[in-house]
Amino acid sequence: MFVVVAGGGKIGVSVTRTLLALGHELAVVEQEQSRYERLEEEFQHRAILGDATEIFVLEQAGLGRPPDILVAVTGDDEDNIVICQLAREKYGVPKVIARVNDPRNEPHFDLLNISPTVSATSMVLALVEHEVPQHELVHLLELRKENLEIVEVEIKNGSAAAGKRVEDLHLPHTARLISVVREGRAEIAVGSTELLAGDQVLAILEPGSEDDLKSVLLSR
Amino acid sequence: MKALIVGVGRVGSAVAARLRSEGWEVVVIDESEEALGRLGPNWPGEFHLGHGMDTSVLERAGIADADAFVASTDGDNTNIVVAQVAKQRYEVPVVAARILDPARADFYSGRGFDVVSPTKTAIGALSESVLSAGRD
Repeated sequence: MFVVVAGGGKIGVSVTRTLLALGHELAVVEQEQSRYERLEEEFQHRAILGDATEIFVLEQAGLGRPPDILVAVTGDDEDNIVICQLAREKYGVPKVIARVNDPRNEPHFDLLNISPTVSATSMVLALVEHEVPQHELVHLLELRKENLEIVEVEIKNGSAAAGKRVEDLHLPHTARLISVVREGRAEIAVGSTELLAGDQVLAILEPGSEDDLKSVLLSR
Repeated sequence: MKALIVGVGRVGSAVAARLRSEGWEVVVIDESEEALGRLGPNWPGEFHLGHGMDTSVLERAGIADADAFVASTDGDNTNIVVAQVAKQRYEVPVVAARILDPARADFYSGRGFDVVSPTKTAIGALSESVLSAGRD
């Protein structure tokens, strides 16, 4: 595959290095001189000096061919959005992947149909949430395009759902259980699966039905 | 009529003053307090400190009922993104963005907002002044 990486910071360098080692063809664009020199040392002609939101720079990087994938991982969300729009709409790049630096900008990426996006901040926050004891409902994955999300809920001691079979739960129509993890072992949740206190339950639901799901699984 | 202006440098501040003098209600947004100085000591309109990408700032500034939106920060890409947000998310009827880079100005024209490229204007005018002298 031919991949163009816009932004030669830590993420851009690691992505480039890893994909090169896997035998792919790469170009990495960086506008800052000193960073570019380090890139050139490691990646030679694959490093391109310039602002990846400039069309002539993108063309130097080979956008005209076009690449199979463009990865926009600069430290500026505005730049990542513009790079993805140019790549997709001007050059017909089939797949773009963008980094979101400030999670508050995520709606802008969604609005302009740029997906998938990767936000280190959001991922760290989700992991922190995961580690907080007595968490009630942890968001594991958002499928924004599909308007679904996957969450994890721990069945508590004394919760009404403990001891019940999945088919008897009266789940909201907008939510389904996926799997149950008990003592480190996972099984698919089917109608006859009986929930026990301490179970980690994965559920898929439409955003907004968290409270309904919580009241079914956690109310006492 | 109400206009929101994001980015109050030389251009944004002069646009603000002009619209104001024509009787518009003008709300300005800028990242720096210094921008307020450009508007003069008697600026009667609202000023909001913050970044145009921040929807909470846009909403506090009243983008929901703005009739016009001007993106005139010193960053082309910021202007490009906030103009699209103003048009597509908040459906502001008239949106104009300053885009210095002629290539990006071409790419983003015809997308429902006005693209103003001072660089393209300068290229045209400078070329024309030379060429017209040559024709004499």
